[in-house]
Amino acid sequence: MSDKEKFGTLSRRGFLKASVAAAAAGAAPMIFVRNANAFVNEPKGGTVTLGFNVPQTGAYADEGADELRAYKLAVKHLNGEGDGGMLNTMNPKSLKGNGILGKKVAYVTGDTQTKSDAARSSAKRMVEKDGALMITGGSSSGVAVAVQAYCQEAGVIFMAGLTHSNDTTGKDRRKHGFRHFFNTEMSGAALAPILEKEMGKDRTAYHLTADYNWGWSQEGSIKKYTEALGWQTKAAVRTPLGAGDFSQYITPVLNSGADVLVLNHYGKDMVNSLTQAVQFGLRDKQVNGKDFQIVVPLFSRLMAQGAGENIKGIYGSTNWNWSLQDEGSQAFVKSFGAEYGFPPSQAAHTCYVQALQYADACERAGTFNPCGVIEALEGHKFDGMGNGPTEYRAEDHQAFKDVLVVKGNEAPSSQFDLLKIVEVTPRSKVEYAADMEGYAGNLGSCNA
Amino acid sequence: MKDLLKSNMAVMVIFTVVVLTAPIWLEPIGASYPDLLQKFAIFGVFAIGFNILFGLTGYLSFGHAAFLGVGSYTAVWSFKLLSMNVLPAIIFAVIVSGLFSLVIGFISLRRSGIYFSILTLAFAQMSYSLAYSVLTPITNGETGLQLTLNDPRVVDGMFGIPVTNSLPSTNFFGISMSGYSGFYFCAVFLIIAFYISLKIFRSPYGMKLLAIKSNQTRMKYTGFNTRPYLLSAFVISGMFAGLAGSLMAVTDPLAGAERMQWTASGEVVLMTILGGMGTLIGPLLGVGIIKYFENIFSALNEAALHEAFSFLPEFLGNIMVVIANPFVGEGWHLTLGALFMIVVIFLPGGVMEGIGRIAKLFRKDKAGSDVLTEDVVASSSEKTDGGKS
Repeated sequence: MSDKEKFGTLSRRGFLKASVAAAAAGAAPMIFVRNANAFVNEPKGGTVTLGFNVPQTGAYADEGADELRAYKLAVKHLNGEGDGGMLNTMNPKSLKGNGILGKKVAYVTGDTQTKSDAARSSAKRMVEKDGALMITGGSSSGVAVAVQAYCQEAGVIFMAGLTHSNDTTGKDRRKHGFRHFFNTEMSGAALAPILEKEMGKDRTAYHLTADYNWGWSQEGSIKKYTEALGWQTKAAVRTPLGAGDFSQYITPVLNSGADVLVLNHYGKDMVNSLTQAVQFGLRDKQVNGKDFQIVVPLFSRLMAQGAGENIKGIYGSTNWNWSLQDEGSQAFVKSFGAEYGFPPSQAAHTCYVQALQYADACERAGTFNPCGVIEALEGHKFDGMGNGPTEYRAEDHQAFKDVLVVKGNEAPSSQFDLLKIVEVTPRSKVEYAADMEGYAGNLGSCNA
Repeated sequence: MKDLLKSNMAVMVIFTVVVLTAPIWLEPIGASYPDLLQKFAIFGVFAIGFNILFGLTGYLSFGHAAFLGVGSYTAVWSFKLLSMNVLPAIIFAVIVSGLFSLVIGFISLRRSGIYFSILTLAFAQMSYSLAYSVLTPITNGETGLQLTLNDPRVVDGMFGIPVTNSLPSTNFFGISMSGYSGFYFCAVFLIIAFYISLKIFRSPYGMKLLAIKSNQTRMKYTGFNTRPYLLSAFVISGMFAGLAGSLMAVTDPLAGAERMQWTASGEVVLMTILGGMGTLIGPLLGVGIIKYFENIFSALNEAALHEAFSFLPEFLGNIMVVIANPFVGEGWHLTLGALFMIVVIFLPGGVMEGIGRIAKLFRKDKAGSDVLTEDVVASSSEKTDGGKS
């Protein structure tokens, strides 16, 4: 018996050793497999696969659903189906309406669940199993930063979806990631002059901030710019993400002596906190002899829809709104409306533009090789995509363009006509240095 | 056959072969890409550890994700401060999560039943909230802890590993930990974890844990102090969770607070119950089913369904797509929920009970012998045979 045991132990150990050796041997050919292609997932057949990674469940599912609609529309237009949308207005344009570099565009989808882990896992599946060349989408800065870092490692391109935190193209910027959306720094710079005009220089602000990356980023930017105006900041209270009930945070605002409430909330949080703040009668109050005001620095039409009446007259900023009258926006709204029966959100717009810009960059570079594509995107200037003249800055891969300051529409003409554009702040007013303090990061190098 | 399966050696050989050939036999169902294989192995370790506590002692912990998270954070910090080699990361993660589970176990195990579950749930949610906001300097909050180019990596520096302009990747003495090599690395740990679990199941210690489950009061009357047994089982399963957490960081150097959320704790409970609690193989089957649903079913969309039903006449195919559509894509939770209900209602012992019943049909001679592990082992061998053919 003991002999048998001994034999068993030895061979078991041997087996483990053998399995480690087998693992090493199994890994070796992978290197060759990888080298057989010039870069990860080089498309060999007649199609090229893009990965659309959007939140389909969780707090940002509405945004995710709209993003996916936009991507499907973009694929249609790239393949030369439908009315072409912004393909007719973008300038310069290398796309020919026959896919990308003559290959038909196919796509795979995944659910980020608005969790970094799930989002990365889903991106990995698309790259490893489905052969996706580019990953795009998402509706949270945490997810965007995590997926962007993965795409850098994996050697595919990441075109960020809705992400507003400075970090995405700031301290967490990556060579393989590009962002069309604006950020909190730009929101602050664009909002401050309007707030000064409407509310004066002598104000005391009280912040309620979603307690995560994006919330902190926005709180910091708004503080920076309002304090430069001469505003005081009474307090900045952090609230947990998805709190649902904000009454305990709003009650102290009433007696704090502050006369402006800044809500650094997004999605359902913003809908809830704004609704409660209005119900508590904040907007009917007079503090320090001035009307009490509420500011929501990042606005979206989907949120405005959720908040209903309460949104009227409230100031904020947004990346894009469907009511814009330029040619590109009109073309996009028309073709989105014809497809789905309602106008697109800013999330849908950003994602649509990101998909088209990626495709156009491949066409310009004449290759799908990420290094070539990155080169084609860096410093690229274009127009006719709804935001006026736009540049993808080479130093940090952030898009620079005009920023919209909006106000909740007092007299909406339809259920979608919720935001009124107060001012289009020109690019020059919101631009900043790529190595600004607290913003500087390291892009790293191209990985193919 | 049965005698053969009573030998640990034979079980281990079969198990090892099945695990290491997983990339081959999972190919036909589209599950043989590295990320999912890694998830199978990692959550396998997690569920095996959880099963040592829940399956043997019957103590239902609702907070095991906390140990998983602690393991992940420790491992990433080891990558940031010490070295990109995975060995120190894994060792530290197991130690730290062991200590953490010792503290939580010491307090929680003063109560049993539902009170124990609630206590562990409370501790896990507390850890989650701490990681999410209060401990942001350590955990980087919602964004998650990530590697940066400026990390010190003291040990790597001492060995003169060059600093490049791109982020270093995790390695095991030079072997990269992404892709298939990462899976084989995790698979080795899964095999070791399974061996430890097998040894515990078939030892006097395991018998005592089982005795606690069946009647703790009687145990106490016969003079056994059950507390040390419970606490040790709790710490062992906590360390397994920490190991799983560190392996998650090894294959993907990132740690997020959501790993500690109660849904993550609930997931491992689901896996164990779905597969069959208290059996050796059951939790692994549960892991396979849930992770497969999460990764493959959630990715099916209408176009894929049209393709799947293309053998039917067009109108029938369209009808089938309409019927099936709510169950795939974002509806994968619905499918999983329905499956879970079916299993719990008709097979309270999980998938393993189903396999056991089928096995009984084929083996009339010794039907009724109810040694837990025998059933488990018999069915595991059947699975192997199926895989080979």
